[in-house]
Amino acid sequence: MAFIDYYKILGIDKSATTAEIKKAYRKLARKYHPDVNPNDKAAEKKFKEINEANEVLSDKEKRKKYDKYGKDWQHGDAYEQAQRQQQSQRQYQRQSTGGYGGGNFSGDDFSDFFESMFGGGGSTRGRGSTAGFRGQDFNAELQLDLKDVYETHKRVLTVNGKNIRLTIPAGVENGQVIKINGKGGPGVHGGPNGDLLIQFNISNATKFKRDGSNLYATEVIDLYTAVLGGDVTVNTFDGKVKLKVKPETQNGTKVKLKGKGFPIYKKEGQFGDLYITYDIAVPTNLSVKEKELFTELKNLRS
Amino acid sequence: MSTATYIPLKTLCTHYKVETTFFQDLNEYGLIEITTIEQAPCIHQDHIKNLESMVRLHQDLHINLEGIDTVMNLLDKIHHLQEELKTVKNRLRIFEE
Repeated sequence: MAFIDYYKILGIDKSATTAEIKKAYRKLARKYHPDVNPNDKAAEKKFKEINEANEVLSDKEKRKKYDKYGKDWQHGDAYEQAQRQQQSQRQYQRQSTGGYGGGNFSGDDFSDFFESMFGGGGSTRGRGSTAGFRGQDFNAELQLDLKDVYETHKRVLTVNGKNIRLTIPAGVENGQVIKINGKGGPGVHGGPNGDLLIQFNISNATKFKRDGSNLYATEVIDLYTAVLGGDVTVNTFDGKVKLKVKPETQNGTKVKLKGKGFPIYKKEGQFGDLYITYDIAVPTNLSVKEKELFTELKNLRS
Repeated sequence: MSTATYIPLKTLCTHYKVETTFFQDLNEYGLIEITTIEQAPCIHQDHIKNLESMVRLHQDLHINLEGIDTVMNLLDKIHHLQEELKTVKNRLRIFEE
């Protein structure tokens, strides 16, 4: 547990007046408020820090205690005495210092440093904004492999101790968020429940590259097949197909296999395309005879 | 959870401790949609999330209606850009080993 410099967090001097603290806090709150920083975990963390700093510095008693014992919070009799004081102060209802709530952010979510100095839970009184009528949204992440989302399947997830049966449609994208209505936190005073938001993180250990519903793969073919043409068997995502390689096929030639790509999200039975790029392998460790024959070929062309 | 799809404005005013005029103004700015059910002005519960965000912007950050309108437009833009970024990042994975 490290010491937290609340003055530094608010960017103010130790001699800052109440008005200066309020001004600094409000300015930072406007910048880092969760409602204006969607999906920004760094801003959310910063917002918690500035709320905590404001909680301490805008409260006369807390500020006094922080200024006196702050740096030495872990050592000495003074700190122990402060701890005892804090125990007794817990009996009293704390006064409001006007912090902000900010969406799903809980005002009680203070650091260990704060709790060790001022007691758990932060303030018991209502913060600046009114508590939500609608329940909190719950966020969850689900790690899947690309193979898992090739077919629609069902899973049971445990979120906050509750089992949620979920159908994961084929073709879900990496980073896609699926919302399950009403499976978040309970509403207040008859308000609607929050939602459960599940983000899919899809790793890909296959040789296929995915772009939406299209897949891309490279197939190595030998020089002779490329020059003279022939058959090759290539792997698709769920099987194999035989392809005819045209004579005089150039390195890097792309072949499109229609409908052999990835399932299209929420369009059952529809698939994207698979693009195969030929990578022509030039023979190595040539024998004397082979070198002679290649030289002959070269001379024929020059 | 309440089974009501529409929440009476009166309930919301009591809960958020705001005047009815605040919601009426939001309605006039096209930021929310007030529907009258059995002669009572209501808001659909699917819009409560957005509405709460607007209430917080107003109460926490003292942003007026013009400001809320601007913020909501910018948030909408951020949302689209974040979605676009996600797609572009996924596309970039094609070039990763």
